[in-house]
Amino acid sequence: MAELTSTGSMHAEKLTGRTQQIFFSAVESDRLASPHAIDVDFDKLVDIDAEGRSAREVNQEIAARMREGYGTITVLNPGAKHSLGVGILNRLRLIFKGSLGYFGCGLSDGPNIQISGRVGWSCAENMMSGTIVIQKNAGSTFGAAIRGGDLVCKGDVGSRTGIDMKGGTIIVGGRTGAFSGFMMQRGRMIVLGDAGPNLGDSMYDGIIYVGGKIAGLGVDAVDAEMTELECNWIKRKLDQYGLEAPNGVENLRKIESGKQLWNYDSLEPTEKKLVL
Amino acid sequence: MCGIAGLIHRGNTSNIGSELLSMLQSLKHRGPDSTGLAMYGSVSDGSENEYVMRYKVAEGADLATGFKIHDEIADRFNLVRNRLAEYDAVVVSVDDATPYARRCRFRYSGDLKRLADYLEDIEGVEILSIGKALELIKDLGDAITVGDQYRLNHFEGTHAIGHTRMATESDVDIRSAHPYWAYPFLDVAVVHNGQLTNYWNSRRALERRGHRFMSNCDSELIAVYLADAMNRGDDLEESMNRSLSELDGVFTYVVATDDKLGMAKDYMAAKPMVLYESDDFVALASEEVAIRSVFPHEIETIDPYEGEVRVWQS
Repeated sequence: MAELTSTGSMHAEKLTGRTQQIFFSAVESDRLASPHAIDVDFDKLVDIDAEGRSAREVNQEIAARMREGYGTITVLNPGAKHSLGVGILNRLRLIFKGSLGYFGCGLSDGPNIQISGRVGWSCAENMMSGTIVIQKNAGSTFGAAIRGGDLVCKGDVGSRTGIDMKGGTIIVGGRTGAFSGFMMQRGRMIVLGDAGPNLGDSMYDGIIYVGGKIAGLGVDAVDAEMTELECNWIKRKLDQYGLEAPNGVENLRKIESGKQLWNYDSLEPTEKKLVL
Repeated sequence: MCGIAGLIHRGNTSNIGSELLSMLQSLKHRGPDSTGLAMYGSVSDGSENEYVMRYKVAEGADLATGFKIHDEIADRFNLVRNRLAEYDAVVVSVDDATPYARRCRFRYSGDLKRLADYLEDIEGVEILSIGKALELIKDLGDAITVGDQYRLNHFEGTHAIGHTRMATESDVDIRSAHPYWAYPFLDVAVVHNGQLTNYWNSRRALERRGHRFMSNCDSELIAVYLADAMNRGDDLEESMNRSLSELDGVFTYVVATDDKLGMAKDYMAAKPMVLYESDDFVALASEEVAIRSVFPHEIETIDPYEGEVRVWQS
C-alpha cells in the first residue's frame, strides 16, 4: 500500500521530493485565478463559425465574446485548424463542433472545453486547470506538461502522452502509444486500453493506471499496489466522464517511479547505471 | 520539418494531380522550399517496352547564370536524344515541362539501368523517374507554383505521394527535393519526414551492391533500400518491416509502387502521420488539415502507432 498521511483526499499522499515540496501546492485553494479573469454568464450563448477564417481570428472572437459576458461559446466548422482555443485563462464553456489540429486548447487555465471530433498533436499543452473532453482520437504529446485540470480523450491517443506532466489528470478511453508518461513529474494518467512500449520512461513521480496490456515499461518505471482510496477516486473520475474500466477499476495496473534515478544529486553517473 | 502526403483510390481513378496539390498546399507551412509529387496513372500505352521518363538537365537557378546556359541546356537535351538513339530507344513523344525539364515517352527493350547510367553521364542530367505508371515532378516553390509550372492540375491516376520540403541539411534545389525515385527500379518512389542516423553505413552497403545516389539526402536511401529489398525477393510490406529494424533514426515515410501505397513509422514515433481510410479511398498526411483539403466534412482519422507498417492496393 502507498504511504498516506491521511485518508481525506488523494492529495494527502506524502510527497518526499524536494522539488515537489517547494513548488507544488497540493491544496486547491492555493491555485490562483488569473488576475484578468472575466465574469461570464454560462446561460449566455453564442456561436462562432470558423469556416474560412484563420485560427487567430477565431481565437480573437472567442476572447471578444468572453469580454461581452458570453459564458457558453460554440465554435462551428473548426476544420482541424491548428492552435484553436488557446490561452483561455477564464471560466468558460467552450464547445468545438468538429476536430482541431495541432496545439489545440493549449495554455488553458479554467475553461471547460468539449470537442466532438478529434485533436492533433500537443492538445492542451501546459493546461493549468479546467476540463477538456475529446470524443474521438488524439495525436501524440497529448497533455504535454499539464499542471492541473482533467484532460480526457475517449478514443485512442498517440505517443508520448503526458510527457513531462506536472499535475492534473489525463484519461484515455482507448490505447496510448510509446513513451507515454515520459519524464512525468506529478499527476495521474488513466489509460483504459493498451499502452505502448517504454511506458513511464524516466518518470520522477506521479502515477499511471493501465487497463489493457502494457507493451513494456520504461527506465525506472515499476509496478505498484493499488489502494482502495485510489480505486474510489478512479471510479469517481471515470463516472464523471461516462467511462468505464473494461475489467474493473480494481484490475487496473498501477505504475509509478522506482525513484532510482530520482535524487540525481546524490548519485554519480556511474552509480546511476549500477542502481538500474 | 517537412510535410508528406499520399492518397490512393482503390478500384477507380481520379484527378489525383488536383487532389495531391491541394493536400500539399495546405502543408506549405511545414516547408515552403520545394514541392514534389510522384503520381501513378496509365502514362504509357501499356506495351511491355514503353516507358515514361521525367528528367532535368539543369536547375532552375542555373538560368540566371548567363546567356551561355541556354545553349548548354539545348546541347544537353540534344545529347539525351542522341544517346537514346544510340541505345536503340525509340522516342514516342517529348514534352517540355520547363526550360530545363522534360517528359519523354520511349520504347526500349535493353537494360534500363545501363541506359539510365549513360544518360546521367551527361553533365547536369538527372533522371527523376522512369516507369510504366510513375511520373515524378519536383521543383522549387509551393504546391501551387509547381502545379502551375508543370500543369499538374489535371492528372488522372490511382495513387500519388507528395512532399513539401523545409531544407535543413542539404541545398534548396531540385536534386535535394523529394520524392525520390528508387533508381533504377521502375515505379518505386518515397517521401519521408525525419532523419536516418545510420545513413552513411547503410549507403555504403547499398553502394557496394552497385546502387548510385544522386544526393546526400537520407530519403533517397529509403527509396533505394526498399527497391533493393524487393528486388531480392521481399514484397513491399516485408521490405518496409525490415526497414524498421535496419534503418536507424526517427522517421515516417510513404512509399508507392505501380499498384500499392504504403506507410511506415519508426519505433520512436516522433514524426507525425494522420490517416483516413474508407472502402474506396485512403489519404494520409503529416497533418489532418491536408486531408481536410480534399474531405472538408467531419471524418474519422487515426494516428498510426510506433513500428506500424500499412500497405494498400490500388
